[in-house]
Amino acid sequence: MNALPDFRLFRPASAGEAVRLNTAHASSRFIAGGTDLLPNIRRGLFNPAVLIDLGGIPEMATITESADGLRIGAGVTLAKLAVDPRVVARLPALAQAALAVAGPTHRQSATLGGNLCLDTRCRYYNQSEFWRDSIHHCLKLDGDTCRVAVKSKRCYAAFSGDVAPALIVLGAEVEVLGEKGARRLAIADLYADDGMAWLTLKPDELLVAVHVPFDDAWTSAYEKMRIRGSIDFPLAGVSVALRRDGANIGGLRIACTGVASRPFAVDGLDVIAGKLFDAAAQTIVAECVDLANRSMKTTLVDALFRRNVTPVLARRLAQRLWNGA
Amino acid sequence: MKSLLCLTVNGRQREDAVAENMLLIDYLREQLGLTGTKQGCDGGECGACTVLVDDKPRLACCTLAHGVAGCRIETIEGCASTDGLSRLQRAFHEHLGTQCGFCTPGMIMAAEGLLRANPHPDQAEIRAALGGNLCRCTGYVKIIESVEAAASMPEAA
Ligand SMILES: Cc1cc2nc3c(=O)[nH]c(=O)nc-3n(C[C@H](O)[C@H](O)[C@H](O)COP(=O)(O)OP(=O)(O)OC[C@H]3O[C@@H](n4cnc5c(N)ncnc54)[C@H](O)[C@@H]3O)c2cc1C
Ligand code: SF4
Repeated sequence: MNALPDFRLFRPASAGEAVRLNTAHASSRFIAGGTDLLPNIRRGLFNPAVLIDLGGIPEMATITESADGLRIGAGVTLAKLAVDPRVVARLPALAQAALAVAGPTHRQSATLGGNLCLDTRCRYYNQSEFWRDSIHHCLKLDGDTCRVAVKSKRCYAAFSGDVAPALIVLGAEVEVLGEKGARRLAIADLYADDGMAWLTLKPDELLVAVHVPFDDAWTSAYEKMRIRGSIDFPLAGVSVALRRDGANIGGLRIACTGVASRPFAVDGLDVIAGKLFDAAAQTIVAECVDLANRSMKTTLVDALFRRNVTPVLARRLAQRLWNGA
Repeated sequence: MKSLLCLTVNGRQREDAVAENMLLIDYLREQLGLTGTKQGCDGGECGACTVLVDDKPRLACCTLAHGVAGCRIETIEGCASTDGLSRLQRAFHEHLGTQCGFCTPGMIMAAEGLLRANPHPDQAEIRAALGGNLCRCTGYVKIIESVEAAASMPEAA
């Protein structure tokens, strides 16, 4: 690890001030918990002249409840999110996903906003400067060739945040603030399928909060495959939400992470609504998830393993929810 | 560039001129000479640098010193009192929770954070709370036994 470069650190007291500071300084970055950003800076992946610490903004650190759901500040820590009684009881996928991020100590500082804006990951990118230098770098940073897909014009680094897929199946929206004011967008629209430009946030925009609706007709869950059970990024992560309609499936939503440059909702599941959750439905679930999978050789673990494990996770989770619903 | 940092370290209020790009671990080790907090992987992977910030375990290598302005920081040096070792320190000593000792300060601070939040954890809760702390010697069994023993000791050392 390199020493941290020289930078100025600002600690604004409001989201508006954070946006203004970010606009005023060309080479600036927001820092929340710092658990992703600081190691990345020390690997030479970024070299900001200014860091804007979001830790002193009270409006971003609270969870507020309204009749239709929760507004969760982007600065809320994952440790707090995972045990919030409303989240645990009514948005179980979100609590489970928050609890699945990194290790317990990381989650004390790691925030929801930092998790959603996490940099994409690749075995050729998350390395020291010395290591990357020895392979003459890659497309994502300082190089001109993708080491994963040599002829590719794009980067396939994988988005590996655990929380986004849970928010997708729960129908969440994000609230962002820019120079021209605030806007809200569906969580899935925060992302683009590009390892180098995976966020659709404009350069001046700050993620301020996430709005998650309550809908107690749905049950939900999140599960991931990782190397070490207590600490690692997802090789594949799946979130499922299910609504039971008597003996039939009322609705089924599935979203994945770790297997493409963005977290995404799985298409094509509408056909099983109104049917039993039987072997045929399970096959459709597995096929739809497999079709959407974009695992590439971005991890040390084989891409085929990640591809094979994703539908299994989805099928098991859906079955568990079906049995319990 | 330096600016003034006000915080409490091991019960003592401090006001120090600290570089804005200084990590909490470097502030503790280099500026205050509190070398009990260990620098292991130096990238958030091993937990050796765990300290308490307002009673919660945090990784000092992934935290800017100025990011904890106004907070209460506790390191392994703050555990023992004039009455002797803390119950976790005694338990690690008596139950062989330490071998080479490098992970021990981080283990003890993570365990201290656990016992403050949950004075009577079961074994699964201890395992979960120490899930981010790596040890290459003990095989973890003795560490978990040490924390169990500490949890059953009376609070005062
Ligand atoms: C050993 C280790 C294991 C890990 N395992 C996992 C894992 O299993 N799953 C997982 O998802 N993550 C994992 N992480 C990554 C990281 O700890 C988490 O994703 C964490 O939630 C990031 O949040 P943070 O607040 O620390 O973000 P920071 O590091 O502060 O920021 C991350 C990025 O988001 C930007 N950002 C932060 N907040 C905002 C905002 N409000 N608006 C706009 N941009 C913002 C920052 O500029 C930065 O680019 C791991 C990290 C380590 C070191
Ligand atoms: S996918 Fe290709 S371009 Fe992207 S980080 Fe990996 S090697 Fe680099």
